[in-house]
Amino acid sequence: MRLGLVIDLDTCVGCHACAVACKQWNTSGTTGPLTDESPYGAAPSGVWFNRVRHYEVGDYPHTKTVNMPLSCMHCDDAACVTVCPTGASYKRGEDGIVLVDQDKCMGCSLCAWACPYGARELDPRDGVMKKCTLCIDRIYDDALAPEDRQPACVITCPAHARHFGDFDDPDSTVSRLSRERGGRKLMPELGYEPTNTYLPPRSAPAVPTADVRRGSLMSSVKDWVNKAIAR
Amino acid sequence: MKIHSRQVTGMTALPAFEDHDRQQTRYTTCYMCACRCGIKVTVENNQVRFIQGNRNHPVNKGVLCAKGNAGIMKQQSPARLRYPMRRKPGSERGSGEFEPISWDEALDQLTERLARIRATDPKKLAFFTGRDQMQALTGLWAAQFGTINWAAHGGFCSVNMAAAGLYTMGHAFWEFGDPDWERTKYFMLWGVAEDHASNPIKAGIDTLKRRGAKFVSINPVRTGYQAVADEWVPIRPGTDGLLALSMVHVLLRHDRFDWDYLVRYTNAPWLVVDTPGQKGHGLILRDRDGNPLAWDLELGDVVDASLPEIQPALFGDYIAPDGRPVRTVMSLLAERYLDDEYAPENIAPRCGVPAEQIERLALEMAHVAFRESIEIECEWTDAYGRTHDRFVGRPVSMHAMRGISAHSNGFQTCRAIHLLQILLGTIDVPGGHLSKPPYPKHIPPGIKPARDMAPNTPLKRPPLGFPTGPEDLVIDAEGNPLRLDKAYSWDAPMANHGLMHMVITNAVKGDPYPIDTLMLYMANMSWNSTMNTAQVMDMLREKGEDGEYRIPFLVVSDAFHAEIVNFADLVLPDTTYLERHDTISMLDRPISEPHAAADSIRQPILEPDRDVRPWQEVLVELAGRLGFPAFTTGDGARRYTSYQDFIVNFQKEPGIGFLAGWRGAQGQNSLRGDPNPNQWQEYADHQCFFVHHLEDSQKYYRFCNRDYLELARHAGWVGSTDPIVLELYSETQQRFKLAGQGLYDGPMPKRPEHKARLVNHFDPLPIWYAPLEQGRVDLEAYPFHAITQRPMFMYHSWDSQNAWLRQICAQNFLYMNRGRAASMGIADQSWVWVESHHGRIRVQVKLMEGVEPDTVWTWNALGKQSGAWGLARDADESRKGFLLNHLISELLPQRGDGLDNVTNSDPITGQAAWYDLRVRITPAKPGEVGAWPQFEPVRPLPGMPDSPDQVRYQTHRRVNLRRSLWDVLTRGKGRA
Repeated sequence: MRLGLVIDLDTCVGCHACAVACKQWNTSGTTGPLTDESPYGAAPSGVWFNRVRHYEVGDYPHTKTVNMPLSCMHCDDAACVTVCPTGASYKRGEDGIVLVDQDKCMGCSLCAWACPYGARELDPRDGVMKKCTLCIDRIYDDALAPEDRQPACVITCPAHARHFGDFDDPDSTVSRLSRERGGRKLMPELGYEPTNTYLPPRSAPAVPTADVRRGSLMSSVKDWVNKAIAR
Repeated sequence: MKIHSRQVTGMTALPAFEDHDRQQTRYTTCYMCACRCGIKVTVENNQVRFIQGNRNHPVNKGVLCAKGNAGIMKQQSPARLRYPMRRKPGSERGSGEFEPISWDEALDQLTERLARIRATDPKKLAFFTGRDQMQALTGLWAAQFGTINWAAHGGFCSVNMAAAGLYTMGHAFWEFGDPDWERTKYFMLWGVAEDHASNPIKAGIDTLKRRGAKFVSINPVRTGYQAVADEWVPIRPGTDGLLALSMVHVLLRHDRFDWDYLVRYTNAPWLVVDTPGQKGHGLILRDRDGNPLAWDLELGDVVDASLPEIQPALFGDYIAPDGRPVRTVMSLLAERYLDDEYAPENIAPRCGVPAEQIERLALEMAHVAFRESIEIECEWTDAYGRTHDRFVGRPVSMHAMRGISAHSNGFQTCRAIHLLQILLGTIDVPGGHLSKPPYPKHIPPGIKPARDMAPNTPLKRPPLGFPTGPEDLVIDAEGNPLRLDKAYSWDAPMANHGLMHMVITNAVKGDPYPIDTLMLYMANMSWNSTMNTAQVMDMLREKGEDGEYRIPFLVVSDAFHAEIVNFADLVLPDTTYLERHDTISMLDRPISEPHAAADSIRQPILEPDRDVRPWQEVLVELAGRLGFPAFTTGDGARRYTSYQDFIVNFQKEPGIGFLAGWRGAQGQNSLRGDPNPNQWQEYADHQCFFVHHLEDSQKYYRFCNRDYLELARHAGWVGSTDPIVLELYSETQQRFKLAGQGLYDGPMPKRPEHKARLVNHFDPLPIWYAPLEQGRVDLEAYPFHAITQRPMFMYHSWDSQNAWLRQICAQNFLYMNRGRAASMGIADQSWVWVESHHGRIRVQVKLMEGVEPDTVWTWNALGKQSGAWGLARDADESRKGFLLNHLISELLPQRGDGLDNVTNSDPITGQAAWYDLRVRITPAKPGEVGAWPQFEPVRPLPGMPDSPDQVRYQTHRRVNLRRSLWDVLTRGKGRA
């Protein structure tokens, strides 16, 4: 299995629901708590596994706002795992999830330097690195209803822009969407072979108008002749 | 560590991460904003483990937004009020010196004061509420008290949308209707609209984009939903009405409108008296019984326009039996909008949208409406008893909210948008804009605002209603306002939601009269929910010559230490949403979907750990103490023991109460039935919501659908099964216009400025006029439009002090167009002065491409007063964040004329015109940094905990997933 996410940039409105759902689940999750520093003070900052960035493409008025949720890509050849000196960072063979064993991590942050996606966050209080687990503590929990055995970010997304599944299964939703919508990996040139896939915005549908344009335009109320229409 | 018994073949056994035996799951309704999503809350160790959307819930169908996901931090907030308090005797109001008192003391003191007011002069109590959704209860309470000085926050929210919709089509945008997301093929979103209702709109945009429908967004700013629009139309603020009417022009020029729909379901064929300069001009020609008349083509004579099977002329000039010339509504309409004034090439320079684009957008909609029509085969019966075999749909839909509403031309602009929708035949048809039960209502709903008051006597009518002419105004014989907020006066004749933004100013001025007590619920009226914030703070402190405060007594109920709490004389602490019972009622603002009537409840998930009471419980208690007739029995004893008891047993009319589900003694009735003592339990057993699905034959054309209207009458949503005729032409508007012209048989204004406002702004057909501020300031001196919106992760939330949400954004910036800023020498993230006719502020700028060059904007309500909301004194919200409110006056810009003392609002509805603001921007001098103005920090409240420097929230210790030594040694290759 190669588990990961498909994120649809055509419908992501940048609402941050996924980011906060992630925070909410994972602060009591397998690598919680996700410490918040200065939560009521200046420059509040905390540990988040998923952050939404907003970019603009093009100049006014031909500009497009792109909302870009970024979390761990669960790379096939993950640089963060390669560089980890303690063996705390690892990629699970059975499903491809990249995890950090909290008991082995010494908080050296090499992995965060190595990761080009900014997906790792050091918890300053615990002194260990934390990151997206794909909600491993949800997806295999058979006490949850099958439809709830998905990452928190996926079940909450109001625009249904996030999908979870097995990229090794060609019939899975994530494989099918990637295929049909021209899914893209981020920065493939780096060679880390990220699993998560982004669906680019669709092009605007064309709406014809020729069939409703009139040759001779109405110019006065007198141009209309009443029709016999029963009320 | 307990190893989970489950073994997955080929997989390492996973530990049990969650101890489900120690967790409880309960359902309730979210209240992080106004969306009312269903939530499933998992509780562990008396703390919230997880809040997720309820998949079965009609509103959110399982999803949840950023706010809903941050409910834990609301529950953890150090700003939660802990017990009742009073201003310390001898201390000055606003100094923030409080002392705790018991609930008994608080309620005794308040009861005594209110009883005295009620027995002498009930209007001296003003009761205004914020983002609550219990207006059916608070309105009933005010009516029973006997004061007309009640309203919720709709006057500065979106009354323009509600009023324009209800006076045009019997429902509205807002929560009264939705696009048919499943079927629409073309969706046009007008202006800022991230609020009502946030999750359904996000899901709807996904639904329609999946099908390849086109999404057009008209908005000066490309953020939020506009980001994913297929076409962005960066319009100049306040000119949307021009764009809509220009599109009407294009449709008429190309003869593209739904002729059958207009004849059958609208007042387009009605005859209008055409006698300019005479009484009665512009009113509908009616027979002796008051029925509207049309011209029947077959008879060649006038005919009762409400009869079926007639053949009314859509166009034409005729002579009425009494000899007066008459014209059809459609003739008037076509003549007006065919005029070159509305031609795209003439509108384009004013709204900043190219003429070609205006024409193309209008014709694209015409194509979708008439060349891609939908037909749903389904037998249905119209209101006249005729059966039809299909519903014809025009799959064009629209949505609009705040961006249209918060301009002083918002009512007419919203009417213009509805006109466009109706010409295309898209209202309540498949693929179009669908109403949601209890809507549609007859136009307008048949409730008139209360006027008369007497000591110890309930009002005979609700405080708010729907005027249909000057005789319904709430004014005295001299024409002066009777309401404190001057709603339903000549200043704002159709102020159907009141003018909350005028309450403090008017009360302090004693204009029209001083009051004794102001009661505010969940309304931050000294900060982000008021215009002219700094001076309003001073007003709350202002004393008269007698040394008494101008507003002698201020009662605040809120769950949190909001800025307004600082000014209270009596603080009544509310619960959080997870600690209370609530109803989201069919009598109020229910959670219905287009094809289902639905309501819901909240139930307590957690026990409060503070001495707090839900406000609704306090209201029921006060009603009993004060002996309101509806809350007491004949001998004066209390009728209801609690809020829950009240909800179960109160009946508005026989069989109709706050909750529509599981009525009848055994819970056997839906929509109407006797009280059921187990009703709350039934809701709790059914995930806290009730849904009544409509039959297929009841789903469309409900304004003229017999089966639907019969259901609506049975359920108490409408008073009769008469068809609801969509009003392209508003006779109500014309009556007011005639009053301004001195041609009305009834009350007429005396002051010239009032006459001018009625003549210039009221019109039976939608018009556009420049936002009022633009006519009273030097536009060259103030070249920018300044508008606000709230980010999706805070929209409609009470605040931004949530410890998680504020990490997304704790400081707002003033956003400017990059090219425009460059031409002014303004750099990204520099500090600038922003000045309006009313004041100046210093703010930090961010530059972006996606904003119309003449517009600047910011996130509203992010700025906080230092020390409030449990925030540190140096929190970003107060040191760097800001409010645009300081620049916005609650009165029109001063010109030394009769309008100086008139509200800065829509002259029709009294909707606060906070999007009308014009500003100039100049770079700050070197060294001038930080937000300005700054205010004295709010003092901490007695007994409130210090806000923590760190939060490490979790409901159980983490169960770590260990990597085996073997896996480490083999670098993960061991298993493979």
